[in-house]
Amino acid sequence: MSVTALSSPELAQRQPNWLVRLFDYKPFLVTMCLAPAIGLLAVFLTYPLGLGIWLAFTDTTIGRKGIFIGLENFQYLLTDPLWWNAVFYSVVYTAIATFGKFALGFWLALLLNNHFPFKSLLRAIVLLPWIVPTVLSALAFWWIYDPQFSIISYLLVDVLHWRTSNVDFLGSPWPARFSLIAANIWRGIPFVAISLLAGLQTISPSLYEAAMLDGASAWQRFRYITFPMMMPILAIVMTFSIIFTFTDFQLVYAITRGGPVNSTHLLATLAFQRGIAGGELGEGAAIAVSMIPFLVFATLFSYFGLARRKWQQGEAND
Amino acid sequence: MTDTVAQASTVADAKAAPDTMAWDSGLRRLMMIYLPLGCFVLILLFPFYWMAITSFKPNAELLNYKEHNPFWITSPTLAHIKHLLFDTSYPRWLWTTMLVAIGATTLSLVASTLAAYAIERLRFRGSPYVGLGIYLAYLVPPSILFIPLATVVVQFGLFDSPLALILVYPTFLVPFCTWLLIGYFKSIPYELEECALVDGATRLQILRRITLPLAVPGLISAGIFSFTLSWNEFIYALAFIQSGANKTVPVAILTELITGDVYQWGALMAGSLLGSLPVAIFYSLFVDYYVSSLTGAVKE
Repeated sequence: MSVTALSSPELAQRQPNWLVRLFDYKPFLVTMCLAPAIGLLAVFLTYPLGLGIWLAFTDTTIGRKGIFIGLENFQYLLTDPLWWNAVFYSVVYTAIATFGKFALGFWLALLLNNHFPFKSLLRAIVLLPWIVPTVLSALAFWWIYDPQFSIISYLLVDVLHWRTSNVDFLGSPWPARFSLIAANIWRGIPFVAISLLAGLQTISPSLYEAAMLDGASAWQRFRYITFPMMMPILAIVMTFSIIFTFTDFQLVYAITRGGPVNSTHLLATLAFQRGIAGGELGEGAAIAVSMIPFLVFATLFSYFGLARRKWQQGEAND
Repeated sequence: MTDTVAQASTVADAKAAPDTMAWDSGLRRLMMIYLPLGCFVLILLFPFYWMAITSFKPNAELLNYKEHNPFWITSPTLAHIKHLLFDTSYPRWLWTTMLVAIGATTLSLVASTLAAYAIERLRFRGSPYVGLGIYLAYLVPPSILFIPLATVVVQFGLFDSPLALILVYPTFLVPFCTWLLIGYFKSIPYELEECALVDGATRLQILRRITLPLAVPGLISAGIFSFTLSWNEFIYALAFIQSGANKTVPVAILTELITGDVYQWGALMAGSLLGSLPVAIFYSLFVDYYVSSLTGAVKE
């Protein structure tokens, strides 16, 4: 470093230490700075990811090293109605929950973007469902969905008299499926709302002023300014949301554990049931690996699907 | 409270001037903004209210909606919390969770600060790719990794040890924090470092004396996010920890507190409430950092 050579004499005297000079050697410094992060990720992320893919092609069980069996695990999964069931529910769960989260979250973001008193306090409160550990709020939902003592049933039966019997939320497949989706939407709204609110605040008010001078209605302003301007951020947030909804585990495990009659298994909970609880590591890994194509597809779809819309509307130059 | 006041005044406005403009500003505002906002807040907060109220209800009231209004407590009790704190290992679980969260957060902050500094400030060839690689790691969901990771953890002899969680949580914390901190480092003017460099400071001195102090808001928000995410984590803790004593709060409540077919709803909800409190308190202390960094991270 030629710059260091120019340093004042007393500084140079104070630190002729070889160690200090070694840390001023940029390649060394870069390596040292990156080592902890890259090391952790290599050992606990990249290596397990590779190992997982390898395990999916073996018949490993807990306590026994497996041998390579090729595509057998996957062939078995294709004939397994429970796997198909989990694929079906994972797709339904992701599709409905993502739609719900974004519709309601966008709405909440638009509401929060207005001026009213105690705005920042309200924003802080609204984020709570996202802060609190999912399993703990899932337990609250479990209690809300209780067959006998559900507060929703109480409202519908005893207060409003709309029904004569309690709702059996988690006792049969479709109600259980929708109950889980509702809980997932509840948890996802705050994150979507706050992220989209950030996007809304970057839109210049002059655009709306110009549109209002031109006589655009509120809907037209939303349709032709807000929505297109929000596309890039929507694409990113939605990609994240789809990935984490599709691979969700906690909510289902906490509320139904896949029941009733395995109707609410997501691929992640099925992988856990087979791989860890059932001890069939190879098969569990195969189920986990079978999520990857869906994830890649969903990511490409949401990212490029939304990003291309942005191109079509001629906003490439941002 | 203020909402109702605001609503009342807007209604009054609408009545005072019943022309189209008043509809636009008054009643319309009530119907289009305050009413839906009120519904959102009600629905988003109700499960917490329900959790809290169940925690303090005596069992007689808990399961009898005919004689007691379920939305209120007539004779609140601390029995559930007492049961939780003195008859179960709950304090131990809280302690373990705290330990894991603090350990994983510290480790991730150190690793990601250095990584973000190297990627954003040292500008070596290929630094954008390293940044992208770390960022992509965030997109690998834990539910794909937990089975192979379980075998890795066993190989390292860390099965059933909280240390396994401290080492594994950085896999999702480091990408997130690095991404966040790169943004913060970007906002610090380059000239400050260049001046120090000209004055003869070493790179490490610059990092310690100039860059880090200026990045403190970023470090705080990365720390809060890491702490919250570690406290939240479930699947790894469920798969890697077996003995009741070493479990974290979310896992322990679900696997140790639920016994048989009769659920102790009071104790369960008290456990959820107590387990949520540390994160909620932590969050409320730094809420401004939290919200602004969340919005900032998305804007990037």
